[in-house]
Amino acid sequence: MSIISLSGVQKHFGDYHALRGIDLEIAGGEFFSLLGPSGCGKTTLLRVIAGFEDVSEGTVLLSGRDMEGVPANRRPTNMVFQSYAIFPHLSVAENVGFGLRRAAMSRGEKAAAVEEALGMVGLAGYGARKANALSGGQRQRVALARALILKPKVLLLDEPLSALDKKLREQMQAELRRLQRSVGITFILVTHDQEEALIMSDRIAVMFEGRIAQLADPQTLYRRPVSRQVAQFIGMMSFLPGRIAGAEVTVAGLGRASVEDDQCPAGRADGDVSVGIRPELLSLLAPGEDTDRQLAHGAVTERTYYGDMTYYDVALDGTDAEVTISMKNLPGRAVLERGDAARVAWDARSLVIFP
Amino acid sequence: MTLRVYAILYLVFLYAPIVLLPIFAFNDATVIAFPLSGFTTEWFRAIPETPALIRSVQTSLVVAVSSALLATLLGLCTARAGARYAFPGKRPVTGFIMLPLVLPEIIVAVALLVVLLALGLPLGPWTVVLGHTLLCTPFAVAILGSSFNNFDPALEEASYDLGESRWATFRLVTLPLVMPGIVSSLLISFTISLDEFIIAFFLTGTEPTLPVYLWGQLRFPQKIPVVMALGTILVALSVLLLSVAELFRRRGLARTGAKDTGGFV
Repeated sequence: MSIISLSGVQKHFGDYHALRGIDLEIAGGEFFSLLGPSGCGKTTLLRVIAGFEDVSEGTVLLSGRDMEGVPANRRPTNMVFQSYAIFPHLSVAENVGFGLRRAAMSRGEKAAAVEEALGMVGLAGYGARKANALSGGQRQRVALARALILKPKVLLLDEPLSALDKKLREQMQAELRRLQRSVGITFILVTHDQEEALIMSDRIAVMFEGRIAQLADPQTLYRRPVSRQVAQFIGMMSFLPGRIAGAEVTVAGLGRASVEDDQCPAGRADGDVSVGIRPELLSLLAPGEDTDRQLAHGAVTERTYYGDMTYYDVALDGTDAEVTISMKNLPGRAVLERGDAARVAWDARSLVIFP
Repeated sequence: MTLRVYAILYLVFLYAPIVLLPIFAFNDATVIAFPLSGFTTEWFRAIPETPALIRSVQTSLVVAVSSALLATLLGLCTARAGARYAFPGKRPVTGFIMLPLVLPEIIVAVALLVVLLALGLPLGPWTVVLGHTLLCTPFAVAILGSSFNNFDPALEEASYDLGESRWATFRLVTLPLVMPGIVSSLLISFTISLDEFIIAFFLTGTEPTLPVYLWGQLRFPQKIPVVMALGTILVALSVLLLSVAELFRRRGLARTGAKDTGGFV
């Protein structure tokens, strides 16, 4: 049974239509991400689940119970805020134990629970410190411990890593994932960082303008996005004009290929289409190199060096559209310059068709 | 350099009269003039022997404490509403509340007097409290507004999310964090009310507040040194209260970890 079940959820703020009909089922123990650009409604949706916002229409069920009229302090959810919201006038232990104030536990039991929660996030022994004296990463951990100590059914995380620098963020991503597996609580993460969502989630809902554009596991989302918008938001994708007739697509600059149904996530129909392909699924061949893949020709228009990778923009013969190709910088591999002729190897199965 | 000289002269001009107060309060002569004739504490000893003076001090304290409490309570509500919610007419309403800051006191005083008399209400300490609350509320709003603006709304939501009720959240989170602002607001309102003259003069009825009483005493030259002595005590008290208020404001900033962006001292 799903732990969270939303149906037809709408939210208006005055004239602003923040959520435009959200249907969503989230299973117990799942690491679920709401991914989208700012203003897409992902934080509003999280706050609706937490009980900070009422729904204008629709129902929210938590463990099968209708949450209509149930305020945030009576819901089996806890939240990690973007600003962490650590109480600055309390110590670390008082922060973490805040939610236990009314629990039927002895003082000793509470202290033990606080120490256990701190240990869980790697802050054992930090209890006596002032909350103000903590670093960003430590505040993040305190916020986690404070929310997890109440053993909620669902932990809500509102862009919890966006304030951290890159190294620390990567470290916390791994830790959050490990923590989620060990406690087995459903995590719902709001993020605008597609990489973060891909790394951490079991499933991802991509949101645009108050709607869920696609809900899928990370692999499906990346390999078979349902729209150009989703494809461009998650990773990089080049688009070429094409035309479908029966089982075959003709792609400008590449040539002809047969397409399977799964390559048309938005459905297939004969006519003009847009054909997408990821940079790593195309390869530039070295002069004289042979291939049994399909071949296309063009010229390099731009080269961008990333250290481990080089990205090439290639104008294909017979079309105005360009494709981006990423190549690993392996030893002995020649580097092409701007203006060099390019031979591009590709596979029919790598193509994604958009109406 | 000229600017420095100018600044020093300016400060001397502003504060020299206040320095004269303690000097003549300890001077052994009823005439306020140099040269000084000798040291005495007689004028301070005369203060408790003047029952009308004691009564006016009591009236002033009651008025000042009541005004400070009322203004701070109103300021707390206004500041929280202003910092947390958007509602139609927010700017005009806020502007209206802050108006007494720039309105000449004499106008407020006359207007209140006319209204009170028209309503047939008797004048007394409570009518002064009314006027002083009006006057102090903008200060309370200004001080508490900065407390609330430095206050992350997610803190209240976090407490609520962790199972506390709205009231418990206010008590456990909001109040401790804005407490320095509340203390500061109370002290400043108290100080403003304590030495306010014009409104008190118009609305005071038969029980004068201290400033009104002092003004009445100026007609009797032999009483002037006693007034000086009392003035000295009041200045010392005001400086003390304002310092304490500022101390609390800074402690509040340190507590919420905010940057210092203003204040009164």
